[in-house]
Amino acid sequence: MVRPLWQNWALSLYNKIFGKFPGTGSSETAGKSWAEFFIESVIRVFGFSTIGFVLLIFLFLLKEGLPALWEVAPGNLFGTRWYPTFNMFGTLPLILGSAYVTIAAIVIALPLGVTTAVFVREVAPQWAREILKPLIEVLAGIPSVVLGFFGMHVIAPMLRSALGVPTGLSAFTGAVILAYMSLPTIISVAEDALDSVPKSYRDAALAMGATRWQTIWRVTVPAARSGVAMAVMLGMGRAIGETMAVMMVTGNAARMPLSAGSLFMPVRTMTATVAAEMGEVANGSVHYHTLFGIGIILFILTFMINILAASAIFKKQRKGGLR
Amino acid sequence: MDRYRTQQIGFAVMSLSAIVVVAPIMIVIGIVLVEGARAISWGFIFSMPYEGMKEGGIFPAIVGTLILTVGTAVAAIPVGVAGTVYLAEYAGDTWITRAIRLAIVNLAGIPSIVYGLFGLGMFVLFLHMGTSILAGVLTLAIMTLPVIMSTSEEALRAVPMEFRTVSASLGGTRWQAVRYIVLPQALPGIITGIILGILRAAGETAPILFTVAAFYLPRLPQTPFDQVMALPYHLYVISTQVPAMPIRVQYGTALVLLFIVLSMNVAATALRSYFRRRRQW
Repeated sequence: MVRPLWQNWALSLYNKIFGKFPGTGSSETAGKSWAEFFIESVIRVFGFSTIGFVLLIFLFLLKEGLPALWEVAPGNLFGTRWYPTFNMFGTLPLILGSAYVTIAAIVIALPLGVTTAVFVREVAPQWAREILKPLIEVLAGIPSVVLGFFGMHVIAPMLRSALGVPTGLSAFTGAVILAYMSLPTIISVAEDALDSVPKSYRDAALAMGATRWQTIWRVTVPAARSGVAMAVMLGMGRAIGETMAVMMVTGNAARMPLSAGSLFMPVRTMTATVAAEMGEVANGSVHYHTLFGIGIILFILTFMINILAASAIFKKQRKGGLR
Repeated sequence: MDRYRTQQIGFAVMSLSAIVVVAPIMIVIGIVLVEGARAISWGFIFSMPYEGMKEGGIFPAIVGTLILTVGTAVAAIPVGVAGTVYLAEYAGDTWITRAIRLAIVNLAGIPSIVYGLFGLGMFVLFLHMGTSILAGVLTLAIMTLPVIMSTSEEALRAVPMEFRTVSASLGGTRWQAVRYIVLPQALPGIITGIILGILRAAGETAPILFTVAAFYLPRLPQTPFDQVMALPYHLYVISTQVPAMPIRVQYGTALVLLFIVLSMNVAATALRSYFRRRRQW
């Protein structure tokens, strides 16, 4: 029997999702009972549910956020003033605020994270490794609201008196906290990358008379560079999406951070804006739609970062190493 | 020799950077511990707040966080574990499997505040659950899925292939191998993943902002459709929204939250290393 192509395709999709029926005589289903068939179908559906969740999240963001595009004039929506009470929905200061804080955080976290990862993986004696690794895991576990609280009460006053600025709640304070929040991600991914560099590379360099230091920076780290780049990307994704700590320590003034001096002045990020304002808006209002619109931007940004990271992971599985 | 001098200096700088990374962690925990310990008493933990939260305890917030954590576990474990079993034991390397993996990576990367927006849009408004425990728990459960799935998949993959081959050679079906051999062997790893996942749910604020958290609610919830107070949100509220809040109470709340989250973290790590040492393969 010759089936049309689409029927073949649909049938194979069906088989992939629900498996073959028991009792059809195929070797794959021999000895299988209907109970097992049922359980395995449930397991399959749960496996596929993750795709459904991602789609659902995106759909609901679109449903609530897209109306902002025609409710707010484009000149207003991408303008420089965010004053929702006066119907000014300029998202540019928020987008730049997020970018500013994130880049400042990565500038702090990149050298710290990479050197620490190299130290833990290549240099540190066993006892130091056994202290460092659990501590970094603990850092990953500290709730962001606790770090924000600490930033407000300890770091901000310290900065204020040290720099003589009117408020310690600034882009810089946020960047420091974000840097520490992205460090566990950066360190663990970079460590994996270093781990997958073959031992023979190191041995070859050492046999040529290079010192361990030269081996690390001229052979091992360059060989792991794409993995290290991925570590930084993922750390960045973590920093862009961080909400509570940033909201508590950046001062939340929606101004354009354009000069280097803005580093020590308050800024407002996209995440902090959504978190601070969504509780007070009327459902279905223009303001409400715009906040969901900011959610769409955040979703797409992190989605792109993760697609990049995932493609590197898939390559790793094919090549057998995160390099 | 000169380059050995460079190496010495270089290594010293590296250990210094490692110290710069870990020292603040100990400082944060130390300060919260010392300052918070002054607020901790039976009354602080087991009584209701009053006088606009300035007096009394944080009991409803602790109970709220425990309810949300247990609820998240109940909702996320079946989906997470079953989904992992599919990925690790049934799925081949097809485009669908790759799409599932991509979805997991993406779920892990979505900002927590976006989960909050999604929970508001879908559970609170579209499904008419209102601001309720149910809506909050479902939102948190989706957020914890990727953590549970990626950790448990590692645990399932660590079970040697021979175990499955032997089961098949004795006439067992694939499900029998999973049910009686692979799952029991991988259980400690799966439990570690579950703890790591719900620990994230216990400490998060952004997803519960619009889905469940109550500003001030000095009683315990009666039904899944009630709001609750939760520790992370409570800490945010009393440190930013309430003027003239005693600093002692703020540190006390931070300490209780940190204690709950870190003790789960330590439990997960200890469990993992205990079973790694004990296993025979």
